[in-house]
Amino acid sequence: MTTFKCEGLTKNYGSLRALDSVDLSIEPGRIVGLLGPNGSGKTTLIKIASRLLVPSAGKLEICGMEPSEKTKALVSYLPDRDYLPGWMKVSELVDMYGDFFADFDRERAQKMMDSLSLDGKMLLRKLSKGNKEKVQLILTMSRRAKLYLLDEPIAGVDPAARDYILDTILSNYDEEAVVLISTHLISDVEKVLDEAIFLKQGKVVLHKPVDDVRQETGMSLDGYFREVFKC
Amino acid sequence: MGWNFNDGSPIYLQLCAVIKGKIASGEYAPGSKLQPVRDLALEAGVNPNTVQRAYAELERDGLVNAERTSGRFVTADAEKIKQLRGALSSGFIGEMFKQLQGLGLTNEEIIAAVQNWGYSDK
Repeated sequence: MTTFKCEGLTKNYGSLRALDSVDLSIEPGRIVGLLGPNGSGKTTLIKIASRLLVPSAGKLEICGMEPSEKTKALVSYLPDRDYLPGWMKVSELVDMYGDFFADFDRERAQKMMDSLSLDGKMLLRKLSKGNKEKVQLILTMSRRAKLYLLDEPIAGVDPAARDYILDTILSNYDEEAVVLISTHLISDVEKVLDEAIFLKQGKVVLHKPVDDVRQETGMSLDGYFREVFKC
Repeated sequence: MGWNFNDGSPIYLQLCAVIKGKIASGEYAPGSKLQPVRDLALEAGVNPNTVQRAYAELERDGLVNAERTSGRFVTADAEKIKQLRGALSSGFIGEMFKQLQGLGLTNEEIIAAVQNWGYSDK
């Protein structure tokens, strides 16, 4: 079954049209890049899928269902900002995820936390930005979800942390799951992507396998992006 | 993370090229087992489906055989590997000729230069 599907999906913020009649369909087992400049609608699309926003028109379906508490059980969402309470200890966060999500694999999370050699007694707000991102990603990827929505998972961290994050995504996603990664750091992610979606002013201007883009344009995805979005 | 890839050509083809090089050089020995898709994906830092596609391509070329339950193996056919080595060498030589012709050398001059190089102590 199609994991992620949009038909005529539109979102207006007052007179601003953030998403304009978006049609998309993503099959299971794909890692997909949601790419576009700032303000192109990436976060809006992800927020509709995680039911933080409702569409103005059209629809979005996850495994055949419109976003609801049922789909929340299938979707693991990493917001683009700090979303966990800074006063909690890392170990408490693991407990909290275990309490909230039936599909949370505590053992896996613990193993990854250990590999970072993080002290579980550390408060989240005391961690460096890179470690904070890693902890949040570990929690997100330790769920056995059908759809992972990762909003800017590598923004603002150093290249080694980026590698760690991409590695964690590759080694943890389920072969039946979809991983949707929004980013504008394309050269860093392009090797791990199956497909790329380009969003431009709320419209989908490209949705293709990355290797097809390379074959057809003779450019890297990053190079092609720079051409499409030339200022 | 992982291997380096060039711009402009599909990543699965670049993966194929690297694996072919390893088969030709014997780093991947004839008849030996290839890494599972996921392991190579992690090592190279690429999407598992890309590895899958590269392996499928190598199977089509007869350089890799898939056994239903036990995984994929490098061909044990010495003739196939010899052919592969020949094809890869031709590629390198062709590239070298193109470069040197670009510098204005004639084919005779290139051959003489190659001989010189080969017989010197370098």
